[in-house]
Parts: sequence; structure tokens; C-alpha cells
Amino acid sequence: MSELPSSLKYTSSHEWVLLEDDGIVIVGITDHAQELLGDLVFVDLPEIGQEMSAGEECAVVESVKAASDVYSPIDGKIVDVNTNLTDEPELVNNSPYGDGWLFKLKPADATALDDLLSADDYSQVIAEEG
Amino acid sequence: MTNKTPLYEQHIQSNAKMVDFGGWDMPLHYGSQLEEHRQVRTAAGVFDVSHMTVVDVSGQQAAAFLRYLVANNVDKLQTEGKALYTCMLNEQGGVIDDLIVYYQAPEQYRLVVNAATRYKDLAWIQKQASNFVVDIKERPELAMLAIQGPEARDLTKALLPEALQAPAMALKPFSACWNDSHFVARTGYTGEDGFEVILPASDAVSLWQGLLTAGVKPAGLGARDTLRIEAGMNLYGTDMDENISPLACGLEWTVAWEPAERDFIGRAAITAQKASGDYPMFTGLILTEKGILRSHQVVDLADGRSGEITSGTFSPTLGFSIAMARLPQTTDETVTVNIRNKTFPARIVKPPFVRMGKACIDIAK
Repeated sequence: MSELPSSLKYTSSHEWVLLEDDGIVIVGITDHAQELLGDLVFVDLPEIGQEMSAGEECAVVESVKAASDVYSPIDGKIVDVNTNLTDEPELVNNSPYGDGWLFKLKPADATALDDLLSADDYSQVIAEEG
Repeated sequence: MTNKTPLYEQHIQSNAKMVDFGGWDMPLHYGSQLEEHRQVRTAAGVFDVSHMTVVDVSGQQAAAFLRYLVANNVDKLQTEGKALYTCMLNEQGGVIDDLIVYYQAPEQYRLVVNAATRYKDLAWIQKQASNFVVDIKERPELAMLAIQGPEARDLTKALLPEALQAPAMALKPFSACWNDSHFVARTGYTGEDGFEVILPASDAVSLWQGLLTAGVKPAGLGARDTLRIEAGMNLYGTDMDENISPLACGLEWTVAWEPAERDFIGRAAITAQKASGDYPMFTGLILTEKGILRSHQVVDLADGRSGEITSGTFSPTLGFSIAMARLPQTTDETVTVNIRNKTFPARIVKPPFVRMGKACIDIAK
């Protein structure tokens, strides 16, 4: 069973979201997602300053076998990206909720986080995928 | 309903992620595809390839039949145990399958064909055999293990039947030896040294377990794919199919044009194609920038013509992406690949990319 910190919010497309004290949110992919993908070998990150809409493709994670889109969980502006992933994409496999984070967003509306999934809700999503 | 190999339970015990492959429930990886790839390049890995189809061809006209059936010429096989890689073509010159033919005796050959093409291959072979005095026998009761890597042969030796150990270790590349139960070939699909062992299903589990005990690691279809792309080896259904001739998938070297009087299926079509010069080239590409080449990505030439990547991957050995591509004939050295609506320059290179653990591509060039 993959790890699902209850402090995070989730999307049904397997991103996790953490709201920091300064109002910025950190986004990554879940432990479950990295397990499905296998060894990551390349991460294509968004540009800082890009405006994203909820559900818009904003990054690509590529394992040896396949490329997979990462979607913006909420509306907002990209304020930082994890440049360490350029040379060490495996950080996403080794530490999906820590050093393997993908990008940071300044939310257009912080209350949008309330609509995201809790850890329990997300575990249901995984269970239904079978 | 998917087929299971005799090693299915072993895969589950080794925590394999199982996937459907050509109707077979097969291991994709056992945790880390990259680790399995490195294991094969540096030590030894074992692949369950029992899904592949073994077909024995025997009888008075076995050689005559195979001379007609496949595009390479079995007359090249003059020594017992020698193997031949070949395409089996349709009348239009398209590749029905690629296969290995082993010469066992003047009236006895063994073919190993792909799993996903099993039914159409057997139907085609049976149909073509009707005009020959030949017996075609599928051997579904046999399992097949590929043990690959620089340490593979040494680690396998002691697990073979005693009488086969010395002959197996003495095998030259691309040849085989056998006894009543086991068939051992120094062949593979990884670009490394190693054996492929065909044996009764009932013996497969003990060989598998013996290999794991000896330190050989299980490797799945994922690593098998990245290893074969690095080795510049084609995958049927991906790099070629029934609409692609051997000329258009880099396999002209497997076509025996001589002797000119040998009639084989598809000969007229590929002879005409060759004479016209009107067919694509098949080549390797490397992308030294960050990004991954994948099958079906469009490749643009400087003059506006375009082709397509047929197989692409990140190369674990080289640390950048490599691909095989079908392109219009060109002498260009670089092309442009379209990846998610961005363009990347890629260099045309001649495969293989990696053989025997060593890079064959000099990126500094």
C-alpha cells in the first residue's frame, strides 16, 4: 500500500497539494502515481510565471516506458519549479512528497483547495481503479 | 483469458508487476526496470520468454521448404546447431514475422517465432507447407528462459544437464546444442552474451530457482525492451509489420539475394522495391538534450520531408534518449523531432547503440 499523508490534498489525476504558511502551494505526484510509472528518467517542468487553470497540463513526467501528463490542481501562477529534477528525476520515485516535488503555485483563489480530495477520498479513487 | 507461462508463480513470488503481452500474462518488471537493465549489462539477468513459440520443422523436404518460406537462406547453415536470423515475408514483401532458425540435422530444423504472431505464423507456415513433404510441429509444452549478461553463461553452466555443460560452454555465438530434453543456444535479444534455454515446462521452475540462487536477477519485459533498443534490434509489430519490407526496417542484411535462382516468398516484391530505390531508410537517432524519444513521434528533415520514430526510449546505459526511425532517404546528419509540439535536434547514427556493455556511440563527435 502506498503512502498517503493526511496533511495533503489530492486530485483524482494523482497530484498532491500542500498549502504552505505563505499561501503558496506545492504540487507533486503521489506515491501511488510514481509506483505506477516506474523509474522516472525525465521531468518536463512548466515555466515560472506561467498562468495555469485547474486541470490544465503543466508538466510531464517520463518513466523509461511512458510519458505522463501532470495537471494543475487549481487555478494559479507558477512561482517556482524543482530544478533538481532536471538531473535527478529519480527524486520523484524516492521521495514523492518531499524532494520530488514538481512546482509551486500562487493560487488565484486559496479556497479552491477545499474542493480537492482528502487522503481518504483519494484512497477511494485508487481503490476504484483496482 | 490470458495465457500463463510455467513460471507465473515464480514471477508473483518475486513481486513482478504483471501485464498482458500478446495474450500472455508476463512480468513487466520486478521493482525497478532500470536496475534490471543495469543488472543485465553488468552481471546477469534471466527473462522468462516461454511465451515465444517453438516450431519444429522436419522431413525430407525441410530444407527445401525453409529455402522457400524465409528470406534468409538456410543453406548458410552448414554446421549442426548453427542459427540464422530471418524474416518470413508475404507475397508483397511485408514482414509476417522475424524468427530464428536452428539447424539440428539435415531434415530437422527448429524455429522460434514471436508470441503475438503465433496463430497467424502457424497458419501461414501450415499453408505454405502443403506443397512440401514436411512435418510442422508446434511445441507448446516447452518453456524458454533467456539468461543474459557478461556473467550469464558462467552462472548457468552448473544448472544445465551435466552432459550439456561442456558443449554449451564451447558454443560459438549464434549456435546451439541439445540433448533429449534441453536445448541451449548462445543467442539473445539484449546485445550481451548469454544463453537461451528451451526445456520442458516441468523443468523450468527448478532452473529459474537455481539461477536466482546463483545470483542471477529476474528481469522483465520493460528491461528487455530498453536492452534490445540499445542493441539496435527490431521488435516485430513496432519496427516492422506486414506492410513493411525488410528493406524499410533495417533488415536487408538478413535477405539472401544470392543465389539468384532461389525462389522465396516475397522475393519478386522486394527485388522490385530494391530496383526502384523507392523505400525509406531505417536508422538510429540520438537526442543529447533533455527529453525522451518515443515511437510515433514525427521526425522532420531539413527539406520538409518527414518520417517517424518506431522505437524510442531513454537509454539507461548512455544516459540520454535513443531511437530507431523510418525516414525518407537522406544524407542529412541531423533531423528535428517533434516532442509535444516542441522541436528538438536529433543526430542520425547507425545502431547498435550499446553492445557487450559498451557504448557504440561517441556523442562528442
